[in-house]
Amino acid sequence: MQAVLLIDFGSTFTKVTIADLDSEDIVGTARAGTTIKTNIMEGLQAALAQIPEPVGGWNFVRKLACSSAAGGLKMIASGLVKELTAEAARRAALGAGARVLQVFSYELTPDDLELIISSKPDMLLLAGGTDGGNKEILLKNAKMLTLLPQSLPVVIAGNKVVSAQAAEILRTQHHPVVVADNVMPELGVLSVESARLAIRDVFLTHIIRAKGLDSAEEFLERIMMPTPAAVLSAAELLAQGHGSERGMGELMIVDVGGATTDVHSIAKGDPSKPGVMLKGLPEPYAKRTVEGDLGMRYSSEALVEAAGRRLNDYLGWTEAQVVSQLGLCKQDPWRIPQTEEEAKFDVAMGRMAVALSVDRHVGTIEVVYTPFGATYVQHGKDLTPLPVVIGTGGVLLHRPDVLEILQGAVFKPEEPMLLKPQNAAFYLDKEYILAAMGLLREVAPLAALRIMKKHIVEL
Amino acid sequence: MEQKTLVLGVIGSDVHAVGNRILDFAFTQAGFKVINIGVLATQEEFIHAAIETNADVILVSSLYGHGEMDCRGLREKCQETGIGHILMYVGGNLVCGKQDFESVKERFLAMGFDRVYPPGTMPETPIEDLRRDLGMTED
Repeated sequence: MQAVLLIDFGSTFTKVTIADLDSEDIVGTARAGTTIKTNIMEGLQAALAQIPEPVGGWNFVRKLACSSAAGGLKMIASGLVKELTAEAARRAALGAGARVLQVFSYELTPDDLELIISSKPDMLLLAGGTDGGNKEILLKNAKMLTLLPQSLPVVIAGNKVVSAQAAEILRTQHHPVVVADNVMPELGVLSVESARLAIRDVFLTHIIRAKGLDSAEEFLERIMMPTPAAVLSAAELLAQGHGSERGMGELMIVDVGGATTDVHSIAKGDPSKPGVMLKGLPEPYAKRTVEGDLGMRYSSEALVEAAGRRLNDYLGWTEAQVVSQLGLCKQDPWRIPQTEEEAKFDVAMGRMAVALSVDRHVGTIEVVYTPFGATYVQHGKDLTPLPVVIGTGGVLLHRPDVLEILQGAVFKPEEPMLLKPQNAAFYLDKEYILAAMGLLREVAPLAALRIMKKHIVEL
Repeated sequence: MEQKTLVLGVIGSDVHAVGNRILDFAFTQAGFKVINIGVLATQEEFIHAAIETNADVILVSSLYGHGEMDCRGLREKCQETGIGHILMYVGGNLVCGKQDFESVKERFLAMGFDRVYPPGTMPETPIEDLRRDLGMTED
């Protein structure tokens, strides 16, 4: 056996997956509470102890980890125009697996600085101007950021003409300051890969230590990336395949959590029908969105608010029934539904989280009436022909009615402007291995792909 | 000399893509950096593109006769967003019906456009004007 230890230090649980490279299979999975306040290794050992050790002990050939512990990777991004470089910066940060606390556009103000101080980000991403375009914004914002009382890691991904100069200004106060390629080198061209790599690099070299996770690094080889970046990486591998081993093709992953719902799509999303004009900023092929108000536990109240009438209609309940059930959820976030009514509510909440998060992830189509007749304009990704939707996340794993929840992702004829999947097959990541496989991809991509194809099952 | 940047687009609910391509080609050949935002462009798209790319001029086309409605307020929005002094050119079938071009030109100049071109203008004319307005020629 060639055992590989894969660890996900989550905010609540430390999840351990052991994979065997010889049989290309999972040996075991387990989880225990994350112990970041004392020593992160305690939680890891507790989880590891649950998997029966073979005679002669584990001889791990590799030990890799990802982390979203201690709040994950919290970032603030800034750009020039809200819909252009500020949006591009936000997408770069999300793609790097960050929790984006705030996105600023135009010149930073003293109030913005106050917000940066109070929200305590781990890293800043500074963009603005296309290459050769606006120069003032990057320099002015760099100067403004030197007024911050604390030193923060900064990644610059703006107008290349002044990037070095902005870095020089920032280095008088901040460390490290890394220059990446512009997130928008030309107008309407999105180029997030370089910024993503720079963010990941800074995360590895500086933020792991700042969060006290480096004590685990004596035991591990290293913590490789933030957990959401690992999931996105696994999704990419699963879609594209590796060498002659085929992938599943374009797909979407919906991760319903207690606090947020993440949606990843690995798809081009070009218009599926002729005569549709594409407008707006191009979307990344591997796109991730995070909905902070759509979670089944800590964000249950916000979810009920966001769903509004849709929840009541789906359940066929009155407002009062919903409110009383929500009260129970708030009292004890991790309660297991006892009655049929509670179970029904839980399913409805999951379905709303999936439906709303996919609504916000997919592109839209609208009719524009011109003197020459109607024309269709698409913003974002058209995911109507998408063949595969995969569900994951602690909330979904142990449910018998998971299909009912995931079907929230399906296109609705009464909302034709939302380009959601029309005929997708549904799958479940039932052992919760996606993040682990994103890690394994770093050392054994083929094995990671084959394990995923084995353990991600059709519903 | 530094390359000059222009934002080119067809404003409003106008889908005339051919002339847009021809202008893109002609201005690029003439040595300008063309930021082409294409057809169905809103006023905001012109302005956002100009801010982000630090453009020297906004070049508005309109061929479907509703240009007067679509262009109104563009200069004011530029002023509001900090690029009030940017050059603005407009050309095409700007209004409905057979109207006297001089009166049309007056209306668009009053809207804050720097140059207004009638139907049938060849790209050479605005290219020449632009070189003069940007101080790229000797005379």
